[in-house]
Amino acid sequence: MSEEEEKKTFDWLPEGMEPLADGEYDAIIMGTGLKECVISGLLSVQGMRVLQMDRNNYYGADCASLNLTNLYKKFNAGTPPETLGANRDFNVDLIPKLIMACGNLTKMLLHTKVTRYLEFKSIEGSYVYKAGKILKVPATPEEALRSPLMGLFEKRRFRSFLLFVDQYDETKPETFQGKDLTVMTMRQLYESFGLVPDTHEFISHAMCLQLNDVHLGQPALATVKELQTYCYSLSRYGTSPYIYPVYGLGGLPEGFSRLCAIHGGTFMLNRDVDEIIYNDKGEAIGVKSGNEMARAKFIVGDPSYFPKEKVRATGQIVRCICFLNHPIPNCGDLESVQIIIPGPQVNRKNDIFVCSIASAHNVSAKGIYIAIVSTKMEGNEADKEVIPGLALLGHIMQRFTMVATTYEPVSDGNDDKCYISSSFDASSHFEGDVEDLLSLYKRVTGKDLDMNINADSVEADY
Amino acid sequence: MSSRVCHFKLVLLGDTAVGKSCLVVRFVRDEFFEFQEPTIGAAFLTQTVALDDATVKFEIWDTAGQERYRSLAPMYYRGAAAAIIVYDITNPDSFAGAKSWVKELQRRGDTNVVIALVGAIAGNKADLESRRKVDFEEANAYAEENGILHMETSAKNSNNVRALFVEIAKSLPKALQQPEREAFPIVMQKQETRNCC
Ligand SMILES: Cc1cc2nc3c(=O)[nH]c(=O)nc-3n(C[C@H](O)[C@H](O)[C@H](O)COP(=O)(O)OP(=O)(O)OC[C@H]3O[C@@H](n4cnc5c(N)ncnc54)[C@H](O)[C@@H]3O)c2cc1C
Ligand SMILES: Nc1nc2c(ncn2[C@@H]2O[C@H](COP(=O)(O)OP(=O)(O)OP(=O)(O)O)[C@@H](O)[C@H]2O)c(=O)[nH]1
Ligand SMILES: [Mg+2]
Repeated sequence: MSEEEEKKTFDWLPEGMEPLADGEYDAIIMGTGLKECVISGLLSVQGMRVLQMDRNNYYGADCASLNLTNLYKKFNAGTPPETLGANRDFNVDLIPKLIMACGNLTKMLLHTKVTRYLEFKSIEGSYVYKAGKILKVPATPEEALRSPLMGLFEKRRFRSFLLFVDQYDETKPETFQGKDLTVMTMRQLYESFGLVPDTHEFISHAMCLQLNDVHLGQPALATVKELQTYCYSLSRYGTSPYIYPVYGLGGLPEGFSRLCAIHGGTFMLNRDVDEIIYNDKGEAIGVKSGNEMARAKFIVGDPSYFPKEKVRATGQIVRCICFLNHPIPNCGDLESVQIIIPGPQVNRKNDIFVCSIASAHNVSAKGIYIAIVSTKMEGNEADKEVIPGLALLGHIMQRFTMVATTYEPVSDGNDDKCYISSSFDASSHFEGDVEDLLSLYKRVTGKDLDMNINADSVEADY
Repeated sequence: MSSRVCHFKLVLLGDTAVGKSCLVVRFVRDEFFEFQEPTIGAAFLTQTVALDDATVKFEIWDTAGQERYRSLAPMYYRGAAAAIIVYDITNPDSFAGAKSWVKELQRRGDTNVVIALVGAIAGNKADLESRRKVDFEEANAYAEENGILHMETSAKNSNNVRALFVEIAKSLPKALQQPEREAFPIVMQKQETRNCC
């Protein structure tokens, strides 16, 4: 549409090359995943000139929400059957995650005011798998008292433990009740309240959202804070601590991309980077795409845009996207639920997550439910790892399985001016990913992100 | 007269520099800047139009340049009830651009959207009569063929700008306005409201 503008010329352009977009930028961002879009949004708000590219014709990279066409194309599954419904009614997340209502991602959305582009809905139910049964994670003290998860005396101990956690404030020694959580391990803390291992398991996995049991032997503080986030989030919106953006998680990167765009950022989808260009000190100075080239002071991107030697593999995650024509059985007929299967319940080290969302959240056509089962791979047979999760789903109409290798950068990026994000983690929420994002921001800018000031001070408010 | 307020999302489309931002700024703030920066900052404005039977509140989404390389985020048109496609009467390429935006909308929208979608094309910079390159009648005929509203506007002298929005407001099916949704925006939280079990 916008007709070819007059191309500028630059003295640094090699013979035969054309400038890519405006040619010169402060930052080039590769990939439109959530982390990349948040970084480009924050940088452009600070006045940097940003060019963001993506090899796909959609926003979101690994964490996109795809319509049927793109989903079937991604999995080489032919054409989607018409019985599923209209293409556009589907926004299928490639990485299933839910947002803690009072977690760090929410803070980031508020800080940047990207909230104004998005609407959210609560996830109705949060469940945990115990001894072959799906049980509701109690949302209120009354539910806790009725819950078959614990015996009567255990319930009282559970209550006093939660009261302790609720009032605990690491800056106020009078709330410590003589416990030093920087030294005491999580296991010791549970034991100091007389809680039995079964209860440790359900609190740690279904409420603190720990992925395995490593935290039990570590100082309790971090885990206690996670429990606080869970409890505050739960008290905020309803029956589960999770919220979810209508039309899928893909709205998150899109929202941040809009923040970047209104501050002058340039976007090019459907445009791959063929080569990163370095100066003789090994610092990245730009990118090449076809016969076009752009320069920048540094580049940022997800691991898939960088040469192998700049990243290392950290593990593998299997994710199964399933279409159902019914809600997940045994969850009170709720449309939107999360079920956590603590690893030890099914002889695994790592938990399995099951999450189901449907048309009420605008991710599928009416009557179709999208359930995603995911876990960290422990062996090398993806299909076997997810069996306990799939077994909870009842009849599955269609299943897409993918195994993703996760990567992290080998260096902080200051030497080669290549700032690389880590792949999304195996957890069912964004807390760890926001930590990676904050670290990336600090590496790029040299500053900590102060989430107390508003990055966006434009007058275009409601 | 009813005090019913209907909310509608309205998106602006069109080639760069045709005057999209100027149109919005004229409509919302009644201002005009000769040297309007390419959309920076304000890409989300609201303005109301009072009709006899209802008040229409427009949430106006300006493109913010993502259209330059055809990289508009789907969230931009999602839920939009109306689109204004702007061209510049002194620039025939921008009229060709407007036509391809109309095609894009027709391709993307399904019947539901099309019924609810009010397309308008606005030939902007109508104050520059002496440099006109797009014939009014030709544009009008094209709009009629496609069942869309057409007006020539000037953000500079404010001619027809308000009228354009009023026409759109009138033709929006009020009954079909976006249903009350249970979805909510997230708002700043107060730490005191914590009450754990
Ligand atoms: C004015 C207007 C109003 C609209 N209102 C609504 C509405 O109220 N509700 C509604 O649901 N839709 C609405 N749409 C349509 C919707 O925004 C998109 O058309 C739809 O999301 C894309 O799916 P598709 O199957 O139509 O397109 P496809 O033909 O499958 O794709 C069209 C193009 O869209 C891009 N694309 C497709 N999927 C994605 C993705 N997941 N992420 C990023 N880019 C992608 C690609 O570039 C692709 O080439 C509206 C469109 C317009 C123009
Ligand atoms: N004479 C005249 N000039 C106008 C009119 N409307 C806009 N302009 C001028 O056209 C130029 C571009 O206007 P913008 O509103 O920034 O155009 P835009 O479509 O928002 O451009 P992008 O944001 O780049 O897509 C500015 O220099 C305006 O002063 C008009 O009605 N008459
Ligand atoms: Mg503009």
